[in-house]
Amino acid sequence: MEQQFDSATLGMWVFLLTEIMFFGGMFCAYMIYRNMYPAAFASTSKHMEPFWGATNTLVLIVSSLTMALAVRAARLGQQKALQILLLLTIFFGLCFLGVKGVEYHQHWVDKNVPLIAGHWDYSNSEEFPNQAQYAKQAQILFCFYFFMTGFHALHMVVGVALMLTIFFMARRGKFNASYFTPVEISGLYWHFVDIVWIFLFPLLYLIGRTKEMM
Amino acid sequence: MSTVLQDPQTVAETPNYLNAEYGWRSWLFTKDHKRIAILYIISITVMFFLGGIFAGLIRVELLTPQGDLVNSDTYNKFFTMHGIIMVFFFLIPSIPATLGNFFVPMMIGAKDLAFPRINLLSWYIYIAGAIFALAAVVMGGVDTGWTFYTPFSSTFSNTFVITAACGVFIAGFSSILTGLNFIVTIHKMRAPGMTWGRLPLFVWANYATSLIQVLGTPVVAITLALVGLERAFHIGIFDPAIGGDPILFQHMFWFYSHPAVYIMILPGMGVMSELVSCFSRKAVFGYPFVAASSIGIAVIGFLVWGHHMFVTGMSMYASLYFSLLSFLVAVPSAIKIFNWTATMFRGSISYATPMLYAFGFIGLFTIGGLTGLFLATLAVDVHVTDTYFVVAHFHYVMVGGMVLAYMGGLHFWWPKMTGKMYPEGWAKFAALLVFAGFNLTFFPQFIAGYLGQPRRYHAYAPEFQVYNVLSTAGATILGLGYIIPFIYFVWSLKYGAPAGNNPWKAKGLEWETTSPPPTYNFETTPIVTEEAYAYATHKKEEHVG
Amino acid sequence: MHSAPSVRTLVLVWLTLTIMTIVTFEVSKIEMGEWNIVVALLIAFFKMMLVILIFMNVRSESPLTKLFVGAGFFWMVLLLGQVAIDYISRSWMPEGKMW
Repeated sequence: MEQQFDSATLGMWVFLLTEIMFFGGMFCAYMIYRNMYPAAFASTSKHMEPFWGATNTLVLIVSSLTMALAVRAARLGQQKALQILLLLTIFFGLCFLGVKGVEYHQHWVDKNVPLIAGHWDYSNSEEFPNQAQYAKQAQILFCFYFFMTGFHALHMVVGVALMLTIFFMARRGKFNASYFTPVEISGLYWHFVDIVWIFLFPLLYLIGRTKEMM
Repeated sequence: MSTVLQDPQTVAETPNYLNAEYGWRSWLFTKDHKRIAILYIISITVMFFLGGIFAGLIRVELLTPQGDLVNSDTYNKFFTMHGIIMVFFFLIPSIPATLGNFFVPMMIGAKDLAFPRINLLSWYIYIAGAIFALAAVVMGGVDTGWTFYTPFSSTFSNTFVITAACGVFIAGFSSILTGLNFIVTIHKMRAPGMTWGRLPLFVWANYATSLIQVLGTPVVAITLALVGLERAFHIGIFDPAIGGDPILFQHMFWFYSHPAVYIMILPGMGVMSELVSCFSRKAVFGYPFVAASSIGIAVIGFLVWGHHMFVTGMSMYASLYFSLLSFLVAVPSAIKIFNWTATMFRGSISYATPMLYAFGFIGLFTIGGLTGLFLATLAVDVHVTDTYFVVAHFHYVMVGGMVLAYMGGLHFWWPKMTGKMYPEGWAKFAALLVFAGFNLTFFPQFIAGYLGQPRRYHAYAPEFQVYNVLSTAGATILGLGYIIPFIYFVWSLKYGAPAGNNPWKAKGLEWETTSPPPTYNFETTPIVTEEAYAYATHKKEEHVG
Repeated sequence: MHSAPSVRTLVLVWLTLTIMTIVTFEVSKIEMGEWNIVVALLIAFFKMMLVILIFMNVRSESPLTKLFVGAGFFWMVLLLGQVAIDYISRSWMPEGKMW
């Protein structure tokens, strides 16, 4: 059993390694382009709402707490606590996705969605009158915003589905103090998705806010 | 099961993984790593011959200097499909998913891999990827080159780039899962007494390969995803007209694709250690160095990709960095060649077919590796890049190296996997055909390339014709050298002589089981007490079995 | 199997992470030029280490697990760093521009 626990945990860590490199590729491309087009980047970051980003960060952090507490409850065989904490984690995960939905909707309304015809208009905004010249470059950077947060949100959806599965397994009494491997490895996945957001938040929302657009 | 009793072996057939269950369901839903290995062998053989057909078409076109067989667009599709199929659907999975899947668990004394269902999933994902790739072929092909360079692939190509990229993306996950499975298996499932220092070098090689698969493949996945998104939405990520940077694509693509070539050689090197030791009746010389060099190649392999980009506009200083490191990465490979040679020194050499392939590997890989150093030299690369010199270089390492190792491994372990021997006479003949045909195909390409014939062109200047004719003639012989083993391997399944448990009297836990092995590999978990390759020298051969 | 962190530890880490999020939010409003991104990434790095070591319990994991975690980040550095050396060193050439 111990060998299976060890194997499963190592297997999940190796999988998370692949996820690090997957997101790493996107971070790499993003890093190059934001350094290539600093002015366009400054203009795009003014269209983000740091309040929502910060809210989401706090939501994910507390979900990581409930997740860690859930794993702890599983280790100690505390069935009720485990189920409640899993539900809380799922709830916070859904909150995150909800806030993301609100943000995406706002981008849609503001015509900051470059992939869809009719919803990308970077030329006229009284708030940022000089931004039209950056439209082409901003398009690239906005696309990265959507790809990176989109892939992250996709991973959150998978995470929520995973937690629901774990919750139902817990309800059926599958876990006890000597077998809680699925809870542990799902927890690792959940924390990883949190870590990706911990980096996405400052990079996409906070940097460049104070920069002047030339 | 046949009820004909004339064949004595079927009467006395012991239970093994092949006859444990029958029916297509027992194969398609199997969790047995050995059956999954067989599924992979069949799949990659199909893809190999398909890729070979495209190679044949290329060589036929290049018989004459004019582009007279097909137009340039169609020719572009030929070399693209040849590359995509051979790289992603043959070479990358080849030894790990077949011989590795079959023998890594057995070599460490385990019943199966750590995650048997993920192993099966990995095969299904491979098949899904192959279906996408085949769909791209059938619908009309892709013409971007297997390297998918932008902005041609992302903006200008009129072919089925997204379909092909999907196929590669999906196949990448198959590769990742295989690597993940091997890493956890080798760490956690070794039998008692099987320390890291006693592992067969084939296991070390597959471990190093798995590290590359896990760390590199996700990056090419995201890169191709970006190409697909760009193609679909015209965003401008890699299109210079809208502000994109094609060099960034190349950086991200080659970050994986260079280590990928080490995925495409390390397992072959692992096979080499097994073959050379067995057929020299000697332990591999310098075991710690060979093991460490596998890891060394895996790590340094991630530090050299820029040598594919020397003439693209990359900074000269970055080129210097990558050139220097490319020289460094040759060192661990050379260490292996020296160690195998030292293994053979004062060994008791026998010339069975697997050993013939091993000899071929040593010579051809050395040539391929040395010409890699030519290419790593900045000034020389400016002259020979994108010529047939490069084509010859990588075929020497990938075909002269990996494919020969794969053939050698197949012959070596065929008796264990099937319980049957292949016909040795025909096998030796085919091995010689492969060696002769290979050299005739690719050596002239070094010369043609050095003299200036560019790659990926369907027409060329008339002064190169003689080299191309020689090359096409060689390709015909080489093709024959591949077809003959295919025929006799299939033949041997029914008519081959029974192999016995250890026809080569080789060392290794896999040889201590029946041929074919039972489903759970070992009756009881073996306890390992001797070092790897404990071949007795100057003593009477121990009785094995 | 492995020791679980206490409730107190987990809650303390959570509080720290929350406070650091607020800090990074507020600090981003101050114009510091190039240092904005350095500070933000340092804070993010520190938050990540807390999640890894405590929430994911890596501090009581085997050396092997720690090695794999380290390898993951090291490899991402290899990717970002080696790509960056191309772009950064372009400006060292007479007509080169950095990005």
